[in-house]
Amino acid sequence: MIQDNEKTVDSKDLYIKFVDEIAEFEGEEYIRKCFACGTCTATCPVRAVDSSFDPRKIIRMVVLGMKREIFESDFVWLCAGCHACSDRCPQGVKVSDIMVILRNLALKEGFVHRSYKLQVAELLKYGRLYEVGPYNKKRAKINLPPLKDDPLPVMKIMELTGLSKFICDADSGKEK
Amino acid sequence: MKITLFPGCTVPVRATNYEMSFREVAGVLGIEIADIESFGCCGYPMMAVSELSALSMAAYNLQMAEKANLPLVTLCSACSGFLKEVAFKLESDDKLRGEINKILLQINPSYSYNCSTLVKHVARFLVEDIGVEEITKKIVRPLKDIKVAIHYGCHFVRPRKLGYSDDPENPESLDRLVHLTGATPVPYEGLMDCCGGGILGIKEDSALLIAKRKLDSISAIGVDAIVLICPFCSVMFEGNQKKIEKIAGKTYEIPVLYYTQLLGLAFGLDAERLGFSMNRIKAKTILDKILSGF
Repeated sequence: MIQDNEKTVDSKDLYIKFVDEIAEFEGEEYIRKCFACGTCTATCPVRAVDSSFDPRKIIRMVVLGMKREIFESDFVWLCAGCHACSDRCPQGVKVSDIMVILRNLALKEGFVHRSYKLQVAELLKYGRLYEVGPYNKKRAKINLPPLKDDPLPVMKIMELTGLSKFICDADSGKEK
Repeated sequence: MKITLFPGCTVPVRATNYEMSFREVAGVLGIEIADIESFGCCGYPMMAVSELSALSMAAYNLQMAEKANLPLVTLCSACSGFLKEVAFKLESDDKLRGEINKILLQINPSYSYNCSTLVKHVARFLVEDIGVEEITKKIVRPLKDIKVAIHYGCHFVRPRKLGYSDDPENPESLDRLVHLTGATPVPYEGLMDCCGGGILGIKEDSALLIAKRKLDSISAIGVDAIVLICPFCSVMFEGNQKKIEKIAGKTYEIPVLYYTQLLGLAFGLDAERLGFSMNRIKAKTILDKILSGF
């Protein structure tokens, strides 16, 4: 008998159209063909050291419609993006790409890992993840050409795509 | 041959030894480098939060290289993998390209990408465009008796759908490049495993454990150095080696070299010009071994 009600899932809370939404993305229709063999999990470098991450489980959660549980967990942020699972899946499921889609959807629902807030802030200041200006002197000493910190293209892009707004709005209460 | 070098975020400030050694090696091979100072981040880090932003950032860089009419060569595997993926996506999806170009036009009316940029990682550029024969001609100091562990890294060979010349399960290009220098690549368990860099900013403990598995396996076979081709993989194996030693309760002290540093040594170039003073795990033993042969 299940004692812990918080860990049980009530079927009426499931969002059963979730898998349809994911399958609509270019090349992602194969998610319907997942037979849960676990090749993705067996091959995952993160899973090898961290049992809290399990790509097969995430794919099952998508198929079952456990949208809220996925976004509220740390799951999607733990994928290292190595693509080993996608390359080795016998059913053609692009697991790494699905992780990217889930992260993008998570942000739109107000969930983001704090490291991305920091990265966006740096990109908006310098156009790169690191400021290069102060290094130009050192670079000149070792005969490397100067580089420019030019945040304008990134600022414009993030404004037009709505990313800067979504990142600001991602609530710290929900923030991972 | 003329190219433009895409520096990315990490190389210009954290891996200047990689950039220096590439420029030195390029000089020997007669590769002319045209620098474009307004290149920005490739866009890959933003894939996690906004695919449209990431694609637009990549397209901005791709059109810069397109205007210069030059192949875009990168030193970072994530940059090359992502820029190549975006170039491929935009070429095969007119609607998406239209959407991205609309964004670029609003940054500057002259910005537009028309799918003609060739993207190459430096290692692939050396194998496929310069060629084994041309490189071999310049070898004056074969690195005999030097054993290395190659780390290919994920984004140099995966995802498979990008159609690299390497089989992602059994790649050969870096092995060939290392053989050219006279050094011997030694296979080890977990050769094609990830460095862990992708989650360093998310969960450091787990990222370090991923890198530790490889360091354990490499230290068990006993090599003179790790050879790799991505600044972020180097952050994991070299930048974090001391931290991992603390977790492991043992010392590795395995020098980590960029391939262009190894090639530069085989070209007879001076270690200082190849940026060896910036290698954090000192490569003195391997350098002494190489230099004592002459």
